Amino acid sequence: MSNPAMTQSAQLEPAEKDQSQIEQKRMIADHFERLARAKAEGKKVVYTFVPGNLTELIGALDMLAVLPEINALQSGMRKKSAGYIAEAEKAGHSEDVCTYVKCDIGMLKSGNIGPTGTKLPEPDLLLLSYTGCFTFMKWFELLREEYKCPVVMLHVPYQTDGEITPEMREYIVRQLKDVVIPAMEQVAGKKLDMRELSRRLQLSHRAEDDLVAVWESARHRPSPIDGYFGGVYYVGPIFSAFRGTEDAVRYYQMLRAEVDERVRRKEGPMTPDGPAGEERFRLVVEGPPNWTSFLDFWRMFSREGATVVASTYTRVGGLYDKGFRHSPDEPLESLADYCLGCYTNLGLPTRTALLEDYIRRYEADGFLINSVKSCNSFSAGQLVMLRELEKRTGVPGGFIESDLVDPRYFGKANIENRLQSYLQMLEARRGRASA
Amino acid sequence: MRCVVGIDLGSTTTKAVLLDEQGRVVGRGITNSRSNYEVACAVAREEALIAVRFTLLQRELESFADDAQSWRDQLHEAFRLELYRDQLAELEAEVAVALRALTYVGQKATLEPAAREVHERMRLHAPELFVVGAPRKSDFFRDLAGAAFISAAEEVSREQNVPYERLVGLFDRAVLNVETELRRRDFGDLLARAARHVLERGTSGEERKRFESAVARAARAPIQELAFVGTGYGRQTLPFPKEAVRSEILCHGRGAHRVFGGTRTVLDIGGQDTKAIQVDGHGVVTSFQMNDRCAAGCGRYLGYIADELNLGLHELGPLALGAKRVVKVNSTCTVFAGAELRERLGLGERREDILAGLHRSIMLRAMSLLARSGGVSNELTFTGGVCKNPMATRVLRELVTDSYGEGITLNAHPDSIYMGALGAALYGLDDVVAGRPQVLPTFALDALTTGA
Amino acid sequence: MTDSTASDPAAEVLARCLALYEDMSFSRVRRWKEAHPGGLAIGALPIYVPRPLLEAMGCLPVSIFGGGDQLDVIRGDSYFQSYICRIPRSTLELAMGGQLDVLDGMLFPSICDVIRNLGGIWNMLFPERFTAYVDLPQNFDRDIGGRFYTGELRRIAAGLVGRGAKPPSDEELRAAIRRENSRRRVLSELSALRRREPWRLRASEAYLAARAGSVLEAQEHEAWLRELLAALERREARAYDNVRVVVRGAFCEQPPLGLIRTLEAAGCDIVDDDFQLGLHFIEGDIEEDSSIDPWTALSNAYLDRGVATSSRYIGEATKGDALIESVRAAAAEGVIFAAASFCDPALLDQPMLEAALDRQGIPHTSLKYAENSGQFQVIREQAGAFSDAVKLWGSAA
Repeated sequence: MSNPAMTQSAQLEPAEKDQSQIEQKRMIADHFERLARAKAEGKKVVYTFVPGNLTELIGALDMLAVLPEINALQSGMRKKSAGYIAEAEKAGHSEDVCTYVKCDIGMLKSGNIGPTGTKLPEPDLLLLSYTGCFTFMKWFELLREEYKCPVVMLHVPYQTDGEITPEMREYIVRQLKDVVIPAMEQVAGKKLDMRELSRRLQLSHRAEDDLVAVWESARHRPSPIDGYFGGVYYVGPIFSAFRGTEDAVRYYQMLRAEVDERVRRKEGPMTPDGPAGEERFRLVVEGPPNWTSFLDFWRMFSREGATVVASTYTRVGGLYDKGFRHSPDEPLESLADYCLGCYTNLGLPTRTALLEDYIRRYEADGFLINSVKSCNSFSAGQLVMLRELEKRTGVPGGFIESDLVDPRYFGKANIENRLQSYLQMLEARRGRASA
Repeated sequence: MRCVVGIDLGSTTTKAVLLDEQGRVVGRGITNSRSNYEVACAVAREEALIAVRFTLLQRELESFADDAQSWRDQLHEAFRLELYRDQLAELEAEVAVALRALTYVGQKATLEPAAREVHERMRLHAPELFVVGAPRKSDFFRDLAGAAFISAAEEVSREQNVPYERLVGLFDRAVLNVETELRRRDFGDLLARAARHVLERGTSGEERKRFESAVARAARAPIQELAFVGTGYGRQTLPFPKEAVRSEILCHGRGAHRVFGGTRTVLDIGGQDTKAIQVDGHGVVTSFQMNDRCAAGCGRYLGYIADELNLGLHELGPLALGAKRVVKVNSTCTVFAGAELRERLGLGERREDILAGLHRSIMLRAMSLLARSGGVSNELTFTGGVCKNPMATRVLRELVTDSYGEGITLNAHPDSIYMGALGAALYGLDDVVAGRPQVLPTFALDALTTGA
Repeated sequence: MTDSTASDPAAEVLARCLALYEDMSFSRVRRWKEAHPGGLAIGALPIYVPRPLLEAMGCLPVSIFGGGDQLDVIRGDSYFQSYICRIPRSTLELAMGGQLDVLDGMLFPSICDVIRNLGGIWNMLFPERFTAYVDLPQNFDRDIGGRFYTGELRRIAAGLVGRGAKPPSDEELRAAIRRENSRRRVLSELSALRRREPWRLRASEAYLAARAGSVLEAQEHEAWLRELLAALERREARAYDNVRVVVRGAFCEQPPLGLIRTLEAAGCDIVDDDFQLGLHFIEGDIEEDSSIDPWTALSNAYLDRGVATSSRYIGEATKGDALIESVRAAAAEGVIFAAASFCDPALLDQPMLEAALDRQGIPHTSLKYAENSGQFQVIREQAGAFSDAVKLWGSAA
């Protein structure tokens, strides 16, 4: 599975920084400082995954979250993943399997130095939320072998048919009540205060409203945001340790104001080379980005005037633009619905319908699938989606292949070739349509 | 003449196509791609310009001679001979440089006379290579001169008791420099020399004069290149500004559609990759799929097999046609290809039958890519290096019939290697028609005098 | 090659099993449908589906294991990237080629993301067909996971009833459970025989016998198995000294028969494996007592006695314990990990299982295959070297 970016090192960021980005950077730095002090201050540390994360619950029990997926993608961006993956493969892991897992295992074997250069605290609990990705389960089984700490599993049923049944919800709520929360309380050494949980869910709700407004802004021409490359920065706080905090509320207010301002000025998004030029192509993208050559990958788009108006990857940690919000009134039920609704927990027909909606709603010229080798949850079936979407919308689809954090699977020339061919094809077709 | 230039820089060969303003092909050129892309492009273009001049020459000849075609062919071979002689001289000079660079005086003393003798024999045998109608395995100087050098070196090394490898080593170093350095050549001068040799043979004074002025007109006629468009596998480093570069996929689709107007699907299997392309009624690509990082199903795979069997690449297909049965070969992985081949041979399977199975397994991969791009609806055009392999074509025919029925037309053109360059030139013509400003390539156009 | 000399009493039944194995057109299923008007044939991907439930509804459960090594895969390939295993490709090829038309529905159990998404592909490509994802719970508490699971079973049953299957009465469900238990017991006898006298029943033969259950009702399968058992007792076989190994990791996409035979030829007696895991998924009997609700019995069996395999979350016990127990129970001397290429569950599990074996000093080796692997030379050498090493190791110890 896959995940959004929490940016750390300056080279990874667009040339000009928005205020919100500076704010996000501060938040992340603070979080890693808290993690560095955790053991000394007796704070408990929970490792967990982005899709289906129970951040408000972790926060309400005064524990701190570490997200191994984000560490892995950070390692990719910092060009450390190749070494980590080699380390894991040397230890017997197959070349065939998910590179996030191998990158994380390799990082662990290399001293567990996190993105900020300090050693990450060991987990007191592995909170295994099995949401949309089978590999998560194996991942924490592997970590348990290393850390010998307790694991608690939350099995989230798969939304095959695009609906949440009462049985699914009840199954999750029962697990939360009878298994997950007791296990967390035991590690935390305190009882869960439901009022604190509700307070945090209320904060989540507010941040989610602002994030949705940011996504919606892409309906403007030019779009003031890039909903994929820029989007991974936008989802940073809400997909990770900050949902349900005042920090996140402030961040999303700030971000929304900046985006509104760009709309007012009819400006496009920020790119790695500064403000975007003319918007030539509006694209919808399915699939996670590649992290090892993230900026190169982004530039392949931005330098051709291609802006991503919506992406599904930025919905892996929560799908808010279809109406879901965390609710203080039904805390556990809304956590259940949240987990059930994460993008990769949706069946292919639902995923296809979502993409179709994005293509129409954001008036896309094309849609592109970045198929990553690591993530079968995303990838298996994408070619069926491609065909179906072309049939339904008449909008041509493009297909490129890479990987999350294994640079061996990022063939720059091949990807550039496919992407440019695709964009030229859109251009040629447009030329013919207007001729 | 006013024309547009399309250049396709491939992984093994570089092609150029020139179109006139009516979109007719007036010249084509091909050369082997080398480490220096600029030279490869320049040489391909030069070859195409030469072809244009021969087109012009033929038109001139047709105005007065009955057997214009025959004259043109004679002049063409004579021209190639003159060019070859010039290049041989360049090669000899480079060999001399290589000899000077040798450290041991003793070596030099034995190699020098041997090399001189080798060149003497190459010059002597040169005319045999350029006889009208004689088959040549290749038109590339490297191949022609290489074969001649080796054959002469074998004799000379025996006669003079000089190490054969040393001699061939000299050639390898020298030919690299001949290839990668652009030389100024005067088309008119070469053609005039060629004409002298041809016309010496039985023409009257009057006739000869007519021929000479036709040759002069063809050599001097102005050729104006209105647009340049580049494409190809080496696109990333094409010596063209970004505005003059089109994707190889777009160009292949367009080129194939130009040759076969009814085609809606193009399968291109080249050395490095396989592409399945769908085009609309105007030759504009509507969807495409390429193989991924895995090389299974590309020309390269056949290359491995040929190496494994110690065969030439071009021998595989004809051999496979002799299969009595098709051995099931499941691994199209290049890494395992050799192992599977050896195992099958070890089990006593016939080489032809295994080869038939290998061809089939490659084409199965191609069929999947075709299906992925949207399938075949009416007419499929097969292009790229592998389309010259008769077994590949036969298997494709069978599989297409199995999957899409009897009604599918399968086109495989002997000149399909030019499809990309043709498509590029067509895009160049679009630019001219649309009145877009001319964008010049970055390779040295002025090094050539053929386009005077 | 079932040693089909006239002198082998097992030859005939094994030849029948081989014919079923090779029949990619599922003619046996067609015949079943002709003989059972109104009966539905329901395909199921590996690993586990509760077959008694289907039988109780008058359905024939048909295990789908891809296309083997004889099928040309073109259209199936066109929907999957090169880094995805082979079973979804060949399964789709079968469907697009019409071979699966005989099925009235398909079940996709939660093995991994690929098989799960294959269910989604089915939904999209064949919207008119009955398709269900079987979400097997990873919470094994009867009140939580159990409740969810019986709900899943009822949901699937309702879907099948909607397609014309018979609503299952408790009595019929109990009877089907009894038949399944009974079949399962003969399978266990065969396993025991194989462990006792591996020369009397080769792993490749046991494989074919179990695999026949893919297209047979439990009762009929049981009859075949009993026939085989009886024949084997009459079979003349000489004991020989091979290395006893357990094979793990081949629970979904199946290795080609040639691979199993290659391991045997290389001196390895496979005395335990997970090839046809679905038939062995429940350890011991499913409760058949009339005092217990049969739906709950199915659920309890899954929760309490499902085998430890890669797609099942191992909560409390230590990873690898179950494998070590299998090695001990089979008196095996080593383990061969045989995983399908790109099989996430098997390949992600493997390092943990290897570590557990290392702690116990149990030798192991690993290989990868695809269902259509065509060359076994490397595997033969590897397995041969492994069996030699194990023998040496054993004599040195």
